[in-house]
Amino acid sequence: MTAPTTIAPIARRPGISSVHEGGSPSAGLSSGFFEWFGSLGIFSWRVLKAAATPPFEFKELIRQLDDVGSKSLPLVALAGAAIGAVLSMEVRSSMTRFGATSLLPSAVIFSIIQEMGPTVTGLVVSGRVGAGIGAELASMKVTEQIDAMEASAVNPYRLLAATRILACILMLPLLTAAADACGILMGWIAQTLVAPISLHQFIDSGFRGATLSDFLPPTFKTAVFGLIIGLIACFQGMRTRGGAEGVGRAATNSVVLASLFVILADVVLVKLILVIFH
Amino acid sequence: MATANDISMNQAGPGPAAHVLAVAVENLHKTFETHKVLDGVSLSIRRGETLAVLGRSGTGKSVLLRLIIGLVQPDIGSVRILAQDIAGLSLDMLGDVRKRMGFLFQHAALYDSLTVGQNIAFPLVHHRNDLSKAERNDRVDQLLAEVGLVGALDKMPSDISGGMQKRVGLARALALDPEILLLDEPTAGLDPISSGEIDELILKLQSEHQMASIVVTHDMHSAKTIATRLALLDRGRVVIEGTFEDLEHSEIALVEQFLKQL
Repeated sequence: MTAPTTIAPIARRPGISSVHEGGSPSAGLSSGFFEWFGSLGIFSWRVLKAAATPPFEFKELIRQLDDVGSKSLPLVALAGAAIGAVLSMEVRSSMTRFGATSLLPSAVIFSIIQEMGPTVTGLVVSGRVGAGIGAELASMKVTEQIDAMEASAVNPYRLLAATRILACILMLPLLTAAADACGILMGWIAQTLVAPISLHQFIDSGFRGATLSDFLPPTFKTAVFGLIIGLIACFQGMRTRGGAEGVGRAATNSVVLASLFVILADVVLVKLILVIFH
Repeated sequence: MATANDISMNQAGPGPAAHVLAVAVENLHKTFETHKVLDGVSLSIRRGETLAVLGRSGTGKSVLLRLIIGLVQPDIGSVRILAQDIAGLSLDMLGDVRKRMGFLFQHAALYDSLTVGQNIAFPLVHHRNDLSKAERNDRVDQLLAEVGLVGALDKMPSDISGGMQKRVGLARALALDPEILLLDEPTAGLDPISSGEIDELILKLQSEHQMASIVVTHDMHSAKTIATRLALLDRGRVVIEGTFEDLEHSEIALVEQFLKQL
């Protein structure tokens, strides 16, 4: 029989990188706020490190590009089209009042491409993809599937988080372009139903005097929205605790926080674009 | 039914590898919030040995396994796997150590979006790039046969019983031919017949693969069948460690309570 040994305590050394030891839920509101940002920072660093080092998970990335991109396309296109139609009707009413109906195509196209298209795409993807990623990863976490992945020596930051975040970053500008196109098309349809105008004329008039810097920065700023959506959804999912209730909470928090940060980031990005490109 | 002691007695003798400590934990302390789970646990195990860790619920048995595989880090103490201290290793470096270990989770933790075959192939897909697809499929078939689940390849985890899920989890844990096998409650929640089958399977795998195994269990029958040594945890401490005979001769009340199960 072996007696249990008693030896001097060994000081704790730098921790093993793991997705398991989150913060204390009993922490106060302010410390919880700082702890959340601190944990997000550590999470981001681990994802960045995992993404930058081989092996690269190309198969999973392609699966995520399909999931984030092609599966969001109908929803984003529909939202863009609705915004285009509404904008056309609303702007027409205002322009008529000021006798500036000739500026209507420009007003619709500039509004859609510079602000409405990117913001609506960001919010729609926050809802669909943010909730999906948050719930999926949270479910994997509470059923120990992420632990099993780690135990199998597969880095979940690389396989689960980096691929989803990268897919969001890459697909958001493309989805935004699709939403913009649908918005412009529906804006033209709404316009031409009231005062017939050819699509060519509508676009020609709308883009007159415009430069690439009017359109590219607002479209590519959505890559930042993609980063925010992917990062927050993965973070919320992978730090989940507490069974089915925790999964629901992770999905809700992913959508709410991603939407909120997309809107806040938009304010900063619009100002930056104005300072840099105008 | 053969026991682990019978099997170890039937072997020709320990080779040089048997003298290397597969797992050595020293003075492990772990506290969650204000709850002290482990309070200075020290254990070691050599290749070919099976250590059963017994104890009441909440005494830190599963946490001990999670500390050993690095899913949780200790507050104080060290974990050495095959002579390598895993403290402070990055996730990728820790991954190299984990490739030499297999872990069966209490609830199997199968990937619910993958089939049984894909679950077992998961470690092979990620770590055995040298295998062709055909070789990988052969290996999966071989593992399924080892755990007695031929024909379950394309089933989803939700379509199979708890006992079958444990077997699939075990096959996945064995996929990379681990030197160390960690089993968290392999027979929990199973009927006596399924429990007996899992025990037989573990014994068979031990005799064939000569791994170091740590089995966390409440089940004294199972522990007696598969373990070469037993350790009893209580309030985060090892109260006794030894062979089954050592436990039988113990006068510790908790040990006697556990032995009453038999």
